[in-house]
Amino acid sequence: MLYNEPSPHETRILTRRLVYPQAEPIGYEQYAAQQGYEALRKALAMTPDAIIDEVKKSSLRGRGGAGFPAGMKWSFVDRKSPKPKYIVVNADEGEPGTCKDRIILENEPHRLIEGCVIAARAIGAERGWIYIRGEYRRMIETMDRAIAEAYQQGILGANVLGSGTRFDLYTHTGAGSYECGEESALLESLEGKRGNPRLKPPFPATSGAFQCPTIVNNVETFSAVPDIIMNGGDWYAALGAPRNGGTRLFCLSGHVNKPGVYELPMGYNLLRMINDVGGGIRGGKKLKAVVPGGSSCPILKAEECDIAMDFDTLAKAGSMLGSGGVIILDETTDMVKFLYRTMKFYAHESCGWCIPCREGTAWLKKILERLDAGVGVSKDLDMVDQLAQSMFGRTFCALGDAAAMPAMSIIRKFRAEFEERIRSAQVFIPAPETRPLVVL
Amino acid sequence: MADLITLTIDGRKLKVPAGTLVIEAAKQAGIEIPAFCYYEGFSLQAACRMCLVEVEKMPKLQPSCTLPAADGMVVHTESPKVADARKGMLEFLLTNHPLDCPVCDKGGECELQDMVFRYGAGESRFTEIKYHQDEKQWSPLVYYDPARCILCYRCVRVCDEGLGVGALGLTYRGVAAEITPSHGDHLECDECGWCIDVCPVGALTSGTYRYQSRPWEMNHTGTICTHCADGCKTTLSVRNGAIIRANNRDRSGYNGEFLCVKGRFGYDFVHSGERLQSPMIRKNGKLEPVSWSEALAAVATKFSEIKARGGKFGVIGSTRTTNEENYYLQKFARQGLGTASVDHHRTGDVPALIDALSGKTDALAAMADLYQAKAALVIGADLAQQHPLIAYQLRANYRHHKMAAYLVNPGASREEQYAKKSVHAPPGKEMEAVASLAGELKGHEDLVVIFGASLRGEGVRQLVSFGDTLGIPVKYVCLVDYSNSRGAMDMGLVPELLPGYRSVREAGMEPGLALDEMLAAKDLDALWAVGANPLESAELASSAAFVVVQDLFLTETARRAEVVLPAQSAYEKNGTVTSVTGEVQKLKAGAKVMGTKADLEIMGLIAKEMGLNLGIWSPDKVFEEIRRTVRGYNIPLPVVATGGAAQTTPVNGRVPAMPRPEHIRPSGDTLFTSGTLGRYSKRLSSVMEAPGELFKG
Repeated sequence: MLYNEPSPHETRILTRRLVYPQAEPIGYEQYAAQQGYEALRKALAMTPDAIIDEVKKSSLRGRGGAGFPAGMKWSFVDRKSPKPKYIVVNADEGEPGTCKDRIILENEPHRLIEGCVIAARAIGAERGWIYIRGEYRRMIETMDRAIAEAYQQGILGANVLGSGTRFDLYTHTGAGSYECGEESALLESLEGKRGNPRLKPPFPATSGAFQCPTIVNNVETFSAVPDIIMNGGDWYAALGAPRNGGTRLFCLSGHVNKPGVYELPMGYNLLRMINDVGGGIRGGKKLKAVVPGGSSCPILKAEECDIAMDFDTLAKAGSMLGSGGVIILDETTDMVKFLYRTMKFYAHESCGWCIPCREGTAWLKKILERLDAGVGVSKDLDMVDQLAQSMFGRTFCALGDAAAMPAMSIIRKFRAEFEERIRSAQVFIPAPETRPLVVL
Repeated sequence: MADLITLTIDGRKLKVPAGTLVIEAAKQAGIEIPAFCYYEGFSLQAACRMCLVEVEKMPKLQPSCTLPAADGMVVHTESPKVADARKGMLEFLLTNHPLDCPVCDKGGECELQDMVFRYGAGESRFTEIKYHQDEKQWSPLVYYDPARCILCYRCVRVCDEGLGVGALGLTYRGVAAEITPSHGDHLECDECGWCIDVCPVGALTSGTYRYQSRPWEMNHTGTICTHCADGCKTTLSVRNGAIIRANNRDRSGYNGEFLCVKGRFGYDFVHSGERLQSPMIRKNGKLEPVSWSEALAAVATKFSEIKARGGKFGVIGSTRTTNEENYYLQKFARQGLGTASVDHHRTGDVPALIDALSGKTDALAAMADLYQAKAALVIGADLAQQHPLIAYQLRANYRHHKMAAYLVNPGASREEQYAKKSVHAPPGKEMEAVASLAGELKGHEDLVVIFGASLRGEGVRQLVSFGDTLGIPVKYVCLVDYSNSRGAMDMGLVPELLPGYRSVREAGMEPGLALDEMLAAKDLDALWAVGANPLESAELASSAAFVVVQDLFLTETARRAEVVLPAQSAYEKNGTVTSVTGEVQKLKAGAKVMGTKADLEIMGLIAKEMGLNLGIWSPDKVFEEIRRTVRGYNIPLPVVATGGAAQTTPVNGRVPAMPRPEHIRPSGDTLFTSGTLGRYSKRLSSVMEAPGELFKG
């Protein structure tokens, strides 16, 4: 189902088949009636190189957070390798503030399947998995039903639409770890192991699932592929900003009037996104800050928000587009609590593999918990910054960075608020209860 | 050899093979990069982040343990950024570390202490409440304190990759992550305790050593483990004459750090309450403690009397006494007592192998060959159970060099985890299975063949002629069971052979009785058992025989004896032993047990009492005589003297007289048993038997 009414400002490519209210997922019949699987038919007539070229031309960048060009990633796979190649869909959507993949999984599963089969054609894969976070129970069922339909229609199986090539697709359930959204940890988990990240290199394109060449992409990335194949990479690229092709799903949450998932072109202005698409700040309050791409991205202050939402512009501004989870905070937001809550999440989700992330997130959480409770001291503030710096860039995977970045940016940009909290704290700390050692 | 590339570390230009890890390249130049999780020979983790270095043109600090050196790379290991990172890591590590160093076993030899001392900050900024989990006991030998654990995963890797046991894993996440046995709350493993040794902190502690001593209060003596035949170097840590720990952290022997449960924990028999500490003589049917002089005189008198009347002696040597003692014993028997009835508990047909290899050079594998060979063929041996070091060497060879292993065994064995091919064949049918592998074996550059006692006599000859047909260099290991089984054979503790595989006929004697025959001889006048317990599983037919036993314990044989002489174990004396691969290594006395004497001294004193001149009975002098007179034992003295292993090069010719292979009885020991000795080790009997089938040869 859809959770919000579409906005007239949207450019509906990915979501064009969805209508509000969308009670039931789009089944095979409806999907096929609306040009579904035509891109696949077209792709089956193309050479793998032509498919990859088209995706490269589209400048489609990974929608999971890192923004790596998808076509480039696919071209890294050695198609001549004697090993089997695999497709893995990262549907372990866990970044706080992000809720876009579920829109696709829940409403238009065939779009994802079509994207996967096209990608499989491009790299010569015969097998793929959709790794769905365990909490998405309903989406797993929807996906399973759609996959069964696709098998019935000959889209999946031994002979994909009569092309003579095989492609099998399965869903795989995550067990509730944020870390498993990191591609190499996801692969470990997929293989049935503990979801710890892997050493890179080798990257999955060389040695991924079961040590075979694998491409791991986000749900939204794969789902964008059918339209790219149908209309051409140039058409898709032109929808967005330079080197940031197409549209993407932005998840507006927080203090806006109309929170929801909206499809907007890459490079859409953030202020317009808040005011036009999101209907402005709730209750006529003032904007305080925006987390532009999920909780791990450095925060933007209100005055920094007149910015184009694409990977490169945000990187230049010292933040990240991330996974498209735009969290809007109004002037009433308690930034101390906000950072504490964020850090609590990362301390809980750190896998424990490397020292700086394991110990750093836990330590930061404890300091921030104190600050939030009003028992902080002023040197805590520098310490939060310094500890985050000790973690940043030194952890095994990006989770440490993801925890360090919000800590550094929030404590630097809203330091006055933290200081005020320490100063104004009127916390009564009760003396420890004393009891006589011997009761006579 | 890969191409050499040039990189610069701290301003020094180095040439290393392409692909060398930066941490290793630095080590070669004498630059130490600190690391916890990096452990040579095991998989890379990059988890501790201690080894981060600054590499020019790379924006982030790089873990040097996973960074391959590239041409023109410029690395800084002591820059301010690196120093700051190290200090930061150590500060993080200490946040939840209990800092109970004063009562921690590891204090004084703790890598975390050392690192903080060198690279860390004097003060911590951590003022929060520490995360704590209580200590757990995993087995009688292994304790785990999660609070001290820094999660370097060394224990997980040595167990999984090194031994193929995989008893340890990781549970929970974030700060609560901890090492957990795969059976939940307890270990079902080899109990080798290697995890304890590799632990850089005091997280894993040994059930035997914990709270016993500070590391600097002990003397350390490197000697050879007295249990199986693999000849592992074990360093005994001795305090007040008592062994309280054994390990091989200095990697001094050919076993490196590897030791099995016997080497690491099985020394406690030395201080068993049941050790004999006074000679005993049977008076009125009961064994009574007497003085050494009385006991020795009694033996000498009786021996002289039996010798004078031409009586029948039976002399049984040990598989654990030193080469010097074995040599001296056979000399005593043959020259002193004039008997050819000398034997020991034989566990493998070494003479048949040496005979079959006549005319070949370099055909006996050394322990290092097992790690270097391109292929291995194991016949009738459960290596993980009976020869842990050989099993480890082969596995390491597979891990590092992708050695191809072929197994011909009666049942499943742990080597099947990585073996290229495994054929199950019952004893007696091995050679047919071996022949079926010929095609594959030919394809390798070289081969090492390891066979157990089920192949003997003609079977060994068939095996060697099979090896000859392969057309590749083949080396052999004939498995024997105890620490000096090979040496006992080499020293001529068999009725047919003199030391160095010469026929007894050379000495003008006819072969005497074998062990079983001595026990069965109704007219035996005297039985002299030196470190042997033949009556454990057999009866002595001659009821009138005068039985003299030199042993550590009151064994079944000792209970039957007229005179019992308390001997010293291998851990209390000097000498040499020869391992299963024919490598001679030096024993060094570590412990002291009051009232005991070394077997060599006991034999020397009996000889003196009998007025025999058999030469000086100090280990060095006897070893000199062995080097001079025993073929194959003319090994370089400095190698042995400095604690190395020197392989003997036995006769390169036919063995003139064959000991009868039907007297070979493999001991059937498992990982947790060790013949008679093992019965007196409380620790070996305290641990749970690891699952696994044992092949009896």
